[in-house]
Amino acid sequence: MQKYSVFSLVKNALSNHENWDLAWKDPTPKKEYDVVIIGGGGHGLATAYYLAKEHNITNVAIIEKGWIGGGNVGRNTTIIRSNYMHDDNALFSEFGMDLWRRMSQDLNYNVMFSPRGIINLAHSDAQMNTYARRGNSMRLNGIDAVLLNREEVREIIPMADFSENVRFPIFGGLMQPSAGTARHDAVAWGYARQADDMGVDIIQNCEVIGFDVSAGKINGVRTSRGDIKAKKIGLCVAGSTNILAEKLNMTLPIETHLLQACVSEPVKPILDKVVTFGAGHFYISQSDKGEMVMGGDLDGYNSYAQRGNLPTLQHVLTEGIAMMPFLSKLKMLRTWGGIMDMSMDGSPIIDKTHIEGLYLNCGWCYGGFKATPASGWTFAHTIAQDRVHELNAGYSLNRFNTGHLLDEKGLGTKTWIS
Amino acid sequence: MLHIKCPHCGMRSQNEFSYGGDATVKRPELGKEISDQDWDNFVYNRKSLRGKHWELWQHLSGCRQWIKVQRDTSTHEIFKTLKANEDIS
Repeated sequence: MQKYSVFSLVKNALSNHENWDLAWKDPTPKKEYDVVIIGGGGHGLATAYYLAKEHNITNVAIIEKGWIGGGNVGRNTTIIRSNYMHDDNALFSEFGMDLWRRMSQDLNYNVMFSPRGIINLAHSDAQMNTYARRGNSMRLNGIDAVLLNREEVREIIPMADFSENVRFPIFGGLMQPSAGTARHDAVAWGYARQADDMGVDIIQNCEVIGFDVSAGKINGVRTSRGDIKAKKIGLCVAGSTNILAEKLNMTLPIETHLLQACVSEPVKPILDKVVTFGAGHFYISQSDKGEMVMGGDLDGYNSYAQRGNLPTLQHVLTEGIAMMPFLSKLKMLRTWGGIMDMSMDGSPIIDKTHIEGLYLNCGWCYGGFKATPASGWTFAHTIAQDRVHELNAGYSLNRFNTGHLLDEKGLGTKTWIS
Repeated sequence: MLHIKCPHCGMRSQNEFSYGGDATVKRPELGKEISDQDWDNFVYNRKSLRGKHWELWQHLSGCRQWIKVQRDTSTHEIFKTLKANEDIS
């Protein structure tokens, strides 16, 4: 594989960039693999990469219905953070933060990781108390957290609304300085390129039609490009998990919902942090191109539509304007929607299933992108060793049965309420 | 925007309603011995499929009644609405 560097850039510039190698191949599916990963998104690609890198399992195929990186890894708001209170979420995410920091070097691909910091705004004394508690929990788990008062927040983000008579005055905020953003497409492409180089077959335009299960064991998968045998199959299909689960006669603690995001026209640099509104659900950052990247609530009812509805967008942007009034002057450049696995406690599932050889990675709710490396790493471990790693032990499927829920926000089972 | 025909008030915009989830989920009978699995199925497990979906909505900014709506989860086409006490046929 051609190494990407300033020298390769100069060398290829001399030949008008016409001689770059393909970043990954377009193989015909083989009859059998050791492991088949269904879903060529960030998590699936990362899983294949770590299977090859950490576990030396390279006879692996990734099956993708569309094109790799064309799902939620291609349309998120790119936020990376580990500001969780519960141990399982905090330790898992912080492990991921380490992988993020090294990712560009590991993958020889610039994922433009930008640890610019995230601020969760607080709008009441009570909220300041809960943030202090969460911040303390984070620090006990070795995660950086800083509690900011109103004046400290004002110094960092003076463009927020600090006027006196507003409905949701800013009391302060909780900052995780090491959080940030990354170039989402590069993450998918970087993992794909390295996985391909280590021998993983990336098979695109290949839809899963059914599964071959007998005597409680998985034997393979039926696809639009023929049957593929495998003793181990990993499901990594956020948004379509319920559709594939039905083919396996499984009913999961997941509902499929639509989440919208949008970007404004590009403007000069104004915001160098990720900021979230504490009195509703709205988050914002500024991309390197200058666009304000914004998101918020789900559309609020089960959906596979992959396009958003106006009332939610209007609601979300109303919150945005309440928080940062200058946004009202900006024109909207693009809005889009993608479908999410909303799990019943807001936390994901990375686990084995009752079918031997079938592994499940789903339920990422709002937070799939930041989890990409840690999810791939732990899922690869779970598949390769046929047992969960301690990092994903809390993300078990049977926690809904045993009552060990991981309800970070304390919302209960109404997945559409945020 | 969705337009939902409330069986009590007629056609209204989505803004007047709030969502209540899968309408086919039934609470296990009170006092009856049930398994953990039955309880799981009631509280957590959902089919949430693409296509026709019976769901509950409340006409919150209208008559405040709960209603049942059959909607396609990929096209948002609404086929039928029922009062809460009417059975899904």
